[in-house]
Amino acid sequence: MGLLSNKNKEVLLGPLSANNPVVVQMLGICSALAVTSKLEPAIVMGISVTAVVAFANVIISLLRNTIPNRIRIIVQLVVCAALVTIVSEVLKAFAYDVNKQLSVFVGLIITNCILMGRLEAFALGNGPWESFLDGIGNGLGYALILVIVGFFRELLGSGTLLGFQVIPQAFYDLGYVNNGLVILPPMALIFIAVIIWVHRIKNKELQEN
Amino acid sequence: MEQLLSTFVRSIFVDNMIFAYYLGMCSFVAVSKNVKTALGLGIAVTFILTCTLPINYMLENYVLKEGALQWLGTDFAGVNLSFLSFIIFIAIIASFTQLVEMVVEKFAPALYASLGIFLPLIAVNCAILGGSLFMQQKAFPNVGVATVYGLGSGIGWMLAIVGMAAVREKLAYSDVPKPLKGLGITFIITGLMGIAFMCFSGLKI
Repeated sequence: MGLLSNKNKEVLLGPLSANNPVVVQMLGICSALAVTSKLEPAIVMGISVTAVVAFANVIISLLRNTIPNRIRIIVQLVVCAALVTIVSEVLKAFAYDVNKQLSVFVGLIITNCILMGRLEAFALGNGPWESFLDGIGNGLGYALILVIVGFFRELLGSGTLLGFQVIPQAFYDLGYVNNGLVILPPMALIFIAVIIWVHRIKNKELQEN
Repeated sequence: MEQLLSTFVRSIFVDNMIFAYYLGMCSFVAVSKNVKTALGLGIAVTFILTCTLPINYMLENYVLKEGALQWLGTDFAGVNLSFLSFIIFIAIIASFTQLVEMVVEKFAPALYASLGIFLPLIAVNCAILGGSLFMQQKAFPNVGVATVYGLGSGIGWMLAIVGMAAVREKLAYSDVPKPLKGLGITFIITGLMGIAFMCFSGLKI
């Protein structure tokens, strides 16, 4: 079996669009909304979640035959919590400002439904390498949505991208004003709704009746 | 007394778990299809929040915080265990949820049957862990305020999910564009409700 057989490729790439964790599986919505008012925290959050999901998937997949069924949720939570603690300490050490902006949402990766959802649905029934790919795929799918939302919110709301001024001063001189509404938290929901809308126009089989 | 009341009102309206922080969105979206189950889940979440917050508050202030172990002797005054807080908090929440599940199963089988699948999922509801993490961040002065904060956040969450379920029940009769049905329109409504709730944010109590 090659490292990237067809099945593995699907496991890795599926979650980017057709099986996206946020807009299709409805997982991990909680934190997708609060951290996207700027692009930078969105990217950091996306990377953190990808790392945690991938490694939690591997660990649970290695342990899957030894965990008693009744206490598996607690075991999973402890594994996640340990990984998230590591990520949080790393962020505190190397990206303190972003860590401040993310505040409690780093800790909330533990209860991010993507984590539990993938552990339950995938890692418990598959080998470590597939689980790793699945974790990376789902983490990137999540990061993708975060980055799209963060991109538009920062561009429309502050006229900047990653802190750099993007909209030229000439526009402001002509009377262009940043849209303050976009910075407010509720607008993240509306952006995600629009992404879902576009995504479902393209993927008709996902539409609900 | 005054602080208790203001914390209570603030946690329901101003710092609403759903409309201000989007915590517990996953179950919020999944369970808000009818009012009755939404109410049941809301009560369960409120109950667990109210019970776990004081426990976590005690642990935070007497075990985890820097200098919190002083009561063991001066040797421990400089110990800072706060990096363990995620693991401790989630362990308390998960075991408490398990406990509640067993108690409800034994003494109220009817309620258990109607809530059954949602009960274990409460352990991974972001609103509960979020409550504990916000408690840590806000550094409440005493355990009473922390308990009231838990109760208020729970009620705020319940209010949001019941309101959403009521809207979605009516929504079944309206003509929503097909790709927007279900998830999409739910998000837009939540966003609009969040904007409405923002009018409370100027409130000074």
